[in-house]
Amino acid sequence: MSAATIISLPDQSTARIPKVNFLTKENGLLSWLLTTDHKRIATLYLISITFFFFIGGALAGLIRLELLTPQTTLMAADTYNKVFTMHGVIMVFFFLVPSVPATIGNFLIPMMIGAKDLALPRINLLSWYLYMIAGCMAIYTMAAGGVDTGWTFTTPLSTHYLNTHVISTGLAIFVAGFSSIFTGLNFIVTIHKMRAPGMTWFRLPLFVWSNYAASILMVLGTPVLAITLVLVVLERTMHIGVFDPTYGGDPILFQHLFWFYSHPAVYIMILPGMGVISEVVSTFSRKRVFGYTAVAFSSVAIAIFGFFVWAHHMFIMGISNYAALVFSLLTMLVAVPSAIKIFNWAFTLYKGSITFETPMLYAFGFMGLFTIGGLTGVFLGTTGTDIHLTETYFVVAHFHFVMVGGMLMAFLSGIHFWWPKWTGRMYPEKISQLAAVVTYIGFNFTFFPQFILGMLGMPRRYAAYPPEFQALNVFSTAGATILGVGYLLPMLYLTWSLKYGEIAGDNPWQATGLEWQTQSPPLTENFAEIPIVDHEAYDYEWLEKQTAARQQQEVA
Amino acid sequence: MTDSAAVANSAMAETGNSHHGEHPPYQRHHFETVDQQFDATNFAMWLFLLTEVMFFGGLFTAYLIMRNWYYQAFVAGSHQLSIVWGTANTAVLIASSFTMAMSVWSAEMRRKKSLLVYLCLTLVFGLVFLGIKGIEWHEKWEKHHVPGVHFSVESFVNPQSDPAVYNEYHDAPLAPDMAQKTEEYFFLYFAMTGMHALHMVIGIGILVFMIFRARSGAFTNGHVTFVENFGLYWHFVDIIWIYLFALLYLISRH
Amino acid sequence: MNEQHELEHHVVSPKTYIIIFLALLTGTALTVLASYIDLGEWHIAPGITLFWNPVVNLAIATGKMLLVVLFFMHVKYSTKLTKLTVVSGLFMFLVLVGMTLSDYFTRAWGRW
Repeated sequence: MSAATIISLPDQSTARIPKVNFLTKENGLLSWLLTTDHKRIATLYLISITFFFFIGGALAGLIRLELLTPQTTLMAADTYNKVFTMHGVIMVFFFLVPSVPATIGNFLIPMMIGAKDLALPRINLLSWYLYMIAGCMAIYTMAAGGVDTGWTFTTPLSTHYLNTHVISTGLAIFVAGFSSIFTGLNFIVTIHKMRAPGMTWFRLPLFVWSNYAASILMVLGTPVLAITLVLVVLERTMHIGVFDPTYGGDPILFQHLFWFYSHPAVYIMILPGMGVISEVVSTFSRKRVFGYTAVAFSSVAIAIFGFFVWAHHMFIMGISNYAALVFSLLTMLVAVPSAIKIFNWAFTLYKGSITFETPMLYAFGFMGLFTIGGLTGVFLGTTGTDIHLTETYFVVAHFHFVMVGGMLMAFLSGIHFWWPKWTGRMYPEKISQLAAVVTYIGFNFTFFPQFILGMLGMPRRYAAYPPEFQALNVFSTAGATILGVGYLLPMLYLTWSLKYGEIAGDNPWQATGLEWQTQSPPLTENFAEIPIVDHEAYDYEWLEKQTAARQQQEVA
Repeated sequence: MTDSAAVANSAMAETGNSHHGEHPPYQRHHFETVDQQFDATNFAMWLFLLTEVMFFGGLFTAYLIMRNWYYQAFVAGSHQLSIVWGTANTAVLIASSFTMAMSVWSAEMRRKKSLLVYLCLTLVFGLVFLGIKGIEWHEKWEKHHVPGVHFSVESFVNPQSDPAVYNEYHDAPLAPDMAQKTEEYFFLYFAMTGMHALHMVIGIGILVFMIFRARSGAFTNGHVTFVENFGLYWHFVDIIWIYLFALLYLISRH
Repeated sequence: MNEQHELEHHVVSPKTYIIIFLALLTGTALTVLASYIDLGEWHIAPGITLFWNPVVNLAIATGKMLLVVLFFMHVKYSTKLTKLTVVSGLFMFLVLVGMTLSDYFTRAWGRW
């Protein structure tokens, strides 16, 4: 690793964390539970989603342990079903969907656009409470005996055949859905109506653009999931409904309605992560993001195309050949804006002054893994190969490359990048670089063998498998152990740094965003006075002039 | 035009005040201007209605597909609905939309008394709507047309057993398996009208709250955002009913 | 900014509301009447038939919806952003219904 670094910290012997900031302004539990400050709500979200991440992670560990041997050794098959279902439900609805938007997005969007708060602060708090209510319901479900439908709630399995806690899980996701709707709604209104003077659309940081695109998906997609789950719950309780063939319903209708949300949902999960990567790549190569406008519009394009491709989850379910053809073609279109992003990041790196701090390492991890994840998606979007690969470990590997290799890497990148802004203190650089590398190695060990397993035909969602698949499964489980260490490390050293980290100062990365021009941690009102924006995003010359001017002032 | 001028004048008067650095009491601290606050909350309400459109969208999709599959059952099922009650309810709901629009106008014109009158009328129309809906649901219960709980296909395999409907439509008896599918029709009928009625109940709750607040002059001080946004919600519920009326009551009438 | 300001505070007069109210009641009466008459059908192609009753029915409902949206909900006097929001809502609704139905209607076509 090169010794060059852009970190510039204030003199540690004299530096102090500002006495008045959003963390210290008020004290006591109530001041947190009734807060309307977007930064405090983001902090609440960060704590809660970390909690759910580790529950989901523990369940993932159980899955990998069970798959160490071909027989069902650790748990019975129906327990295994419950474990992978809860892993999916918790990771998708309680970690990935709110991960970047509700934490980092909540914290940053008002600051990046120069506003004092989100447009609807009380709705923002409400959405956290809804999230927590939903989370409690999910935990109740687990305690009461779990649910084994898979996170996709396939009918008529979920409405008819299974006698587990489908209703409480369904309602939990219903409530969590409204939490996500309100977050998305709040972001759209804020980005439209709360921008500081001079902050035009094309001066917005790309993080804001990508969260805007994800918010559109949340607002338009989630209600369809909500009504679908209501219908599933009604069908279970009343024994009549539109999904179960025994009553004359149509299970494929459920698939249509479910994937109308759940396909855009994967873009809800990945788009904010792409926003983080844009910020990080630009900062650590000291260059404006190449093709800013193209990257901005590619976010919106992904959001729009994302609504037209849902039936590619249903190629083997009996949809018409003609519809499959159209949906397959439209699926290929989504690859275009995704590729625009990847290529533009690569061009941003080209001839940049690259440094390898932790956020950048995670960002490199993202770009590599997301590219693999995205390209394997093309195999699955092609009707012919999909018939062979779907419902195998190839699918599992594909979406873990996108979600874990993509989104989780981006999340960790963002957490490290904005940690000094959030807490006022730096994380320890050396050990966090180690954690980033460990995560990357562990991830590839865990999930790459699963591509091969899928190609060889190992189906997903079974507790037992033929012995010839064991070698690769052992690889995968071993990798998962390394990956687990990679995730525990940040948890430990970030907590450590809350008290012992170096004082970060306002702008340790010399980054250009408005959020870096205030103190860290910021004031409750974000800015002493509302900034007037007169420069493009990622304008490093502007920043140099700004810094020079400030130094001159200090001298004077 | 005179109305607009009056409001513009009062708005100017307010801007005059804010030159002295004072904000009206209803402006929340994180907004720069009252206009920004109005814009933001109004836009948020529209986005919320967008989610509602998609929420009902799932139900409409299910209805269209089931109707295509079980056409005869859906025709026979819709003959069981009373067109008189349905039309009356549509008129009542349109009237309540009208009084709601007039409430918004009264709030904009700062006429407290007429605001109260129109809000109360809206409330009454809303309650009448729910009352009529209750009568219709009760009739379904008596005729064993509540799916999953209290259902019999008697009126469809043997239409003569239901003389009131038979004399009007002379429906041929349905084959037993198709007659069973009328339960799908009534499931969707109850799901859609039930979801709509739930929105009405929530709306009526907010209306009561608004009437109490309006008595102390809350919406006639120039801050019409709440009335305006609630109006949007109420009109949206009206629109949903317009389509439900068309799809459930009328479409197979002739 | 100034122009927007004017637009937002446009107050629709009671006269307009009354006209729209009456138009909506007329629409309701029309749609009920139309539903009692068999309007016939149109054989577009073998196997594809368009029944006029549901078309007229939904067309009147849509007309009523437009009146409510444009006047009662003030969209006619609103910003472009509000108009865009309304249109995108309708568009996504049509995507959900239309693309789902596109699957159902092409199943009978068999293989290609």
